[in-house]
Amino acid sequence: MEGMVAHLAAGLGAAFAVIGAGYGIGTLAASALEGMARQPEASGDIRTAMIIAAALIEGIAFFALVICILLAFK
Amino acid sequence: MANLLFAATESTHAAEAGEHAAAAGHDAGEIMHHLIEHVYDHPVLHIGWHPFGWEWLDLSITKLTLMMWIAAALIFILFRLLAAGQQKKGARGRYVNFLEPFVIYVRDQMVYPTMGPKLGRKYLPFFLTQFFFILFANLLGMIPMMSAATGNIAVCGSLAFTTLAAIIVMGMVEQGLFTFWKNLVPSGMPVWLIPLLFPIEVVSIFIKCFALTIRLFANMTAGHIVILTFIGLIFIFQSYFVAVPSISFALFIYMLEIFVAFLQAFIFTMLSIIFVHMAVHPEH
Repeated sequence: MEGMVAHLAAGLGAAFAVIGAGYGIGTLAASALEGMARQPEASGDIRTAMIIAAALIEGIAFFALVICILLAFK
Repeated sequence: MANLLFAATESTHAAEAGEHAAAAGHDAGEIMHHLIEHVYDHPVLHIGWHPFGWEWLDLSITKLTLMMWIAAALIFILFRLLAAGQQKKGARGRYVNFLEPFVIYVRDQMVYPTMGPKLGRKYLPFFLTQFFFILFANLLGMIPMMSAATGNIAVCGSLAFTTLAAIIVMGMVEQGLFTFWKNLVPSGMPVWLIPLLFPIEVVSIFIKCFALTIRLFANMTAGHIVILTFIGLIFIFQSYFVAVPSISFALFIYMLEIFVAFLQAFIFTMLSIIFVHMAVHPEH
């Protein structure tokens, strides 16, 4: 019984983590693209900052992924 | 060095891992064995110091140790060739020339804009080593018979530990032994707020390095898990028709993983630069 609930929890946790990360990175990409459209000469700096921020958000989602993997292999 | 630091956790994981490998399905046994290798790699050549019957020092040579040695040897050989070609001004081969834009990118787009030319020149070799070691270790994991050294949490923990040591030691060297800890808290705060803020600042150094570890480890491991899952679908469905979409998905994820290998090396080094710069040269 615990194995079943652990697998269910792992699946639900991964789903919510991906929803949060996807929404965050989508908002980030929208603002970055709008900034690049307004000022094309700053697009190099905006691209670098966008990649750094996207990696930070994705790092948080990977925290949840590691916990879900630990749960799924319980 | 990775085994030295995490020998205790690895031995406790070995007990769980042994049970899981035995209890997994007979078709997925190979996949489980490969996944367990991400957490606990079994030694090929056992070198240890076990005086009273239990392991005090575990310096065994495992597959991941061999991968790290290959990455280090590649870095040493290729960059010696590149530097020797620099001296002779033009007698380099075409393939060693390929590394020079990466070095210039790390220097001119990552270190010097953040740290400035004078301070950046002092820390440039450390960041170049980090960047190329992570890059080569990630890319070695793409070759079929080899495994990614950065896919083990102990290796990623050691890499983040070098950043942690750089932050604390070089912060204390550059600013003075106690000035570093004093400058963690912003100046001009009310006195009663300092006992609340100082532990948060100290813990945040460790949390940032832990986040570096988890980010690198989970990116590399998740990529391999997705590929192994797609290939494992063929075993689960036990038919040949699943092979065509499954292999093409796995191929697409493979290309994405090569991009992720470069990106994770870039992100690790960039965040390292930002943290060391904040420790060495705090803003006023």
